[in-house]
Amino acid sequence: MSSFSVTDPSPRSKWFAGTLVILYALITMVPLAWIMLTGFKSPSDAISYPPKVVFEPTLEGYVNLFTTRTRQTDEYLQANPPKTWYEEIVREYDMVIAGPSKFGERFLNSVIIGFGSTFLSIVLGTLAAYAFSRFKIPLADDLLFFILSTRMMPPIAVAIPIFLMYRQLGLSDTHLGMILLYTAVNISLAVWLLKGFIDEIPREYEEAALIDGYTRFQAFYKVVLPQAATGIASTAIFCLIFAWNEYAFAVLLTSGTAQTAPPFIPTIIGVGGLDWPAVAAGATIFLLPVMIFTILLRKHLLRGITFGAVRK
Amino acid sequence: MAQIVIDRIRKEFGDFTAVRESSFTIEDGEFFMLLGPSGCGKTTTLRMIAGLELPTSGQIFLDGEDISQKPPSQRDIAFVFQMFALYPHMNVRKNLSYPLISQGMPRAQVRAKISEVAEILGIKDILNRPVGGLSGGDRQRVALGRAIVREPKAFMMDEPLGALDAEFREHMAEELRALHDRMNATTVYVTHDQLEAMQMGDKIVVMNNAVVEQFGTPQEIYDKPATMFVADFIGSPSMNFLRFDGVIEDGARWVSLDGVTLNVPRQLQGAAGTLVFGVRPEHVALTDTGRYRGKILASEYLGTTQIVTLATANGEIKARIDSAQTAAIGETVGLEFDARKITLFDEASGTAIRSTLNSEVLAHG
Repeated sequence: MSSFSVTDPSPRSKWFAGTLVILYALITMVPLAWIMLTGFKSPSDAISYPPKVVFEPTLEGYVNLFTTRTRQTDEYLQANPPKTWYEEIVREYDMVIAGPSKFGERFLNSVIIGFGSTFLSIVLGTLAAYAFSRFKIPLADDLLFFILSTRMMPPIAVAIPIFLMYRQLGLSDTHLGMILLYTAVNISLAVWLLKGFIDEIPREYEEAALIDGYTRFQAFYKVVLPQAATGIASTAIFCLIFAWNEYAFAVLLTSGTAQTAPPFIPTIIGVGGLDWPAVAAGATIFLLPVMIFTILLRKHLLRGITFGAVRK
Repeated sequence: MAQIVIDRIRKEFGDFTAVRESSFTIEDGEFFMLLGPSGCGKTTTLRMIAGLELPTSGQIFLDGEDISQKPPSQRDIAFVFQMFALYPHMNVRKNLSYPLISQGMPRAQVRAKISEVAEILGIKDILNRPVGGLSGGDRQRVALGRAIVREPKAFMMDEPLGALDAEFREHMAEELRALHDRMNATTVYVTHDQLEAMQMGDKIVVMNNAVVEQFGTPQEIYDKPATMFVADFIGSPSMNFLRFDGVIEDGARWVSLDGVTLNVPRQLQGAAGTLVFGVRPEHVALTDTGRYRGKILASEYLGTTQIVTLATANGEIKARIDSAQTAAIGETVGLEFDARKITLFDEASGTAIRSTLNSEVLAHG
């Protein structure tokens, strides 16, 4: 008897599949690695051709990302020797740090708007999906199609009406406005994805909870929600990625208080044009929250929580 | 513990009628079986008693109180699901404590109650295990435990043994019956398995096509079927139907099939047209003297008995006879029937004709 069954892949095909996956991973990692490395390059290394793979790393990009700097006279520079390591970096260009840049604020805006809209999409989406899944709703199919149809054009196609509407309503350049906008775009995805997940949860669980003396809402909250955790987690990741990366509406509708990081990062100007290392540093930091969020929810993405509890 | 009265209950799902004006009474402490083929409305009836469906019309009384439109949480009725429906994100102990927590029972009391129930069901050593990895039997026990832990007025069970292996079912059926006898709680049990119903039930309701066909003890249902459906559905092999055209007068003690006079219980009702002579296989004997003849087509050996299939002038018939008796295929033999156990049916309506055998049963069915 051989050690593997006929339905298991053979060692050779496993090896082939493994190689393919690693190769694909490497290819997709190249831009990521390029951005991360560029963040540690000096401006001249960043734009040198052919690109430098081996270079002397510097934190200049990160310092420039978080600070604004001014050029000063030699007398001033000599009278005030640099006190910190980041001031030293700036001194190489005969500059001093004038204050923090707006990156922190913009990044915080991204966090508020991204997570806020994700939270709202999930709350509304879960309730709607539960209703569509469990209750007899008149014209349910038509309503679901209508919800999906909002996705049938690129959101930016309605940019001008939204721009005008937001100006009228005073929602331009506000956190609330951006949260509502991203929620509106994400909700159709959330409803459809979550409905699929909730459909798969057997009704018996809720019925058992009703029998056990709980109200419909308690049954939903205590029994359905934990079961739908997998679906909620993956839907949340999709929603967050969209809201986090959205660029066009952010450029159009925000300029100051509610500006998110994507429109801000490319505008970082350094000495003599765009400061590529600072842009790359900003992009690197910008990647982190989604990455951390995905890693945190990874456990829930693996199915199997409900496996075995109901015999089908 | 409680008596449940079902009064002309009806349930419609859109155009489809799942249950049609059904009435019956479940006495306090009874082990009550709802039996019927799939889609007959038995599960819908059970769910209406529990409150998972609301009846379109009719009433359900629990100890005299009309509960038909109350939410399930206010009925104090427990439900054991066919697929167990244990909360998958909780361990056994949490599953058991869930119905108690909703009542706001203090923690110490919950603990005591759970260990008591775990003791009864023999699941003490798995209390802290997640429900996912449990065997079918253990899951069944936990599901039962979740039902009995709160000491409800009545238990509803929806084919609770349906998901178990055949071997284990027998065992669980005995455990269930023993548990019921110990707790003496009113239990309503849905099944499509007539053997299970006969074996476990104090009373049986046979349903078909959304209506109650018959309601009575297993003996009544087996010996005195009210309809051809019941006669056919109960028993394995089921009751033989010999069709014949004829007239029965009120008071008749015999019928004539293929020119042979066969004795029957005294009829209390006249009938004419296509009639059916119903006889259970064990009430058919193969003799040399019998004037009603049949040709042996096949024989199935079952150990102590054998089932012999014969062709007669009025259709095929099966006889359950001692396996020692020889039954050669192709041979023509005489048949005799136990006259006291014969039920005549009217083919057109499918209902039994009243006789001294079944008049009492038909009166309240």
